[in-house]
Amino acid sequence: MTATPMVQIQSVCKRFGEVEVLSDIDLSVATGEVCCLIGPSGAGKSTLIRCINHLEKINTGTIEVNGHLVGYARRNGQLHELTGREAARSREDTAMVFQHFNLFPHMTVLENITEAPIHVKKESRASAEAHAHALLDRVGLAGKARAYPGELSGGQKQRVAIARALAVRPKLLLFDEPTSALDPELVSEVLEVMRDLAREGQTMIVVTHEMGFAREVADKVAFMDQGRIVEYGSADDVLVRPRLERTRDFLARVLRSHVPQA
Amino acid sequence: MTDVMDGTRAREEQEKDRKTEVIVPARYPGRWIAATIIFVLFASFAYSVATNPGYQWDVVWQYLTYRTVLAGLGWTLALTAASMFIGIVLGIVAALMRQSSNPILSVVAAGYIWLFRGAPLMVQLIFWYNLAALYPTIDIGLPFLPPLVSLSTNEVITPLVAALLGLGLNEGAYMAEIVRSGLLSVDAGQREAAQSLGMSPAHTLRRIILPQALRVIVPPTGNEVIGMLKATSLVSILAFSDLLYSVQGIYGRTFQTIPLLIVATIWYLVAATLLSLVQQYLERRYGRGHSRRAQDGMSLLMAPLSSALFRRGAGK
Repeated sequence: MTATPMVQIQSVCKRFGEVEVLSDIDLSVATGEVCCLIGPSGAGKSTLIRCINHLEKINTGTIEVNGHLVGYARRNGQLHELTGREAARSREDTAMVFQHFNLFPHMTVLENITEAPIHVKKESRASAEAHAHALLDRVGLAGKARAYPGELSGGQKQRVAIARALAVRPKLLLFDEPTSALDPELVSEVLEVMRDLAREGQTMIVVTHEMGFAREVADKVAFMDQGRIVEYGSADDVLVRPRLERTRDFLARVLRSHVPQA
Repeated sequence: MTDVMDGTRAREEQEKDRKTEVIVPARYPGRWIAATIIFVLFASFAYSVATNPGYQWDVVWQYLTYRTVLAGLGWTLALTAASMFIGIVLGIVAALMRQSSNPILSVVAAGYIWLFRGAPLMVQLIFWYNLAALYPTIDIGLPFLPPLVSLSTNEVITPLVAALLGLGLNEGAYMAEIVRSGLLSVDAGQREAAQSLGMSPAHTLRRIILPQALRVIVPPTGNEVIGMLKATSLVSILAFSDLLYSVQGIYGRTFQTIPLLIVATIWYLVAATLLSLVQQYLERRYGRGHSRRAQDGMSLLMAPLSSALFRRGAGK
């Protein structure tokens, strides 16, 4: 394991006004690894994943994806915040899937997927559309290219959102509670797609409340509470044999609210 | 197999029994009385319009396609289009400035909206027309240095320029608020999704935010265009040869005031009708993804026409 990690987060702090929502976060995710962030609401999981994509600014520390700073540039020993245009370019290696899908409602499924490849990555329309059709096939929505997002179910929307994120060929894929806004019976179709991606070696960071998924798919699990990563390790270590009382309490509460496991 | 058949037959017999009950819709005699009264009133009004010689319908027909009237109509339409164009561009710029985190930009935009929305349009038109009283020459050059070019204000500010300045600047202030409400109507997640895909802020605005904002912006803008069509009649006080000014010129000579005002009204109504059809087309165009109907270009174009003619309720 001498290769540089895909994501390297070092002593990151983030404040909203007086409130410190991330305190001294260190996290490293290797290429091909799936890292799940779990923890109670308000723990800072979503904020952390949004910082990795520079949707939120950080106050101190550094976040590097694929060896490049995201949203900042190092000049003369200082970190300078990038302008919107430069920041857009610095996000090149990352894509994100949101809790509320955030598909573009005025575009068809196909247009949603090809917009960034054509206009950001400057791919030809033909190759972008061929890639989009292949991705739709992969998420099980081959017939839906011409549909508008408003015509799809929540699970289908989220699968389109995953295809759209994959279309920019990201080295890192971020998921912010991808199944939290779905009806319970639609959760599995989205998790199934994510499971496939993990199997194919896609590096992913997933904020989730699906403990079964985390245990099955995650290489590493980070338990966050009050803006800190308080327990970190393999899925088995954190989810099955947690060291800390806090982690055990949280898991007990989450598992009780779900269908009891056999 | 036979069980299923028996079940079906039993159900059919039940259906037959049910059909004997007939439902009679409720009657509303009040509606008939109201409709009759309104019809009688309308018929008597129509009769008076047709028979009152004061309307002088022959004069109306004679002047309806008169050359100066049509030229005036042309100027009115051109002025409407040009002023709306200026207004929409200014409105977008002012709306973006108001949202800016730079306080000077946002305060300047707020001040512009406050001034040009608050002052009467007639006053603004007369003000621009008389700009020479304040600034006899218009100097172009660097601030506080001798001018490079110096023009006589009276030559630059023709009635057309005064009309465009007055109507365009006034409209920009209204459009700014309409555009701003449209931009605010787009969910913040849309911007984030676009950013996360690596789109630049300008690309995000042009391809993601504005098209969705237009769904909210188009209906009130349609109102503004029709309002502008009529507001252009104010420029007749600047002796600008719009539709109203051209019929005024005719009835000033012939004293056939009423029939010529009817001529102008007919053309204003025709233009307003056509513009509202364009508005319906645009509403459908930018409502894409919010309605489940199939929408190719042709049906988009025809839908407002057919809904206007047949009232088939082609809405969402």
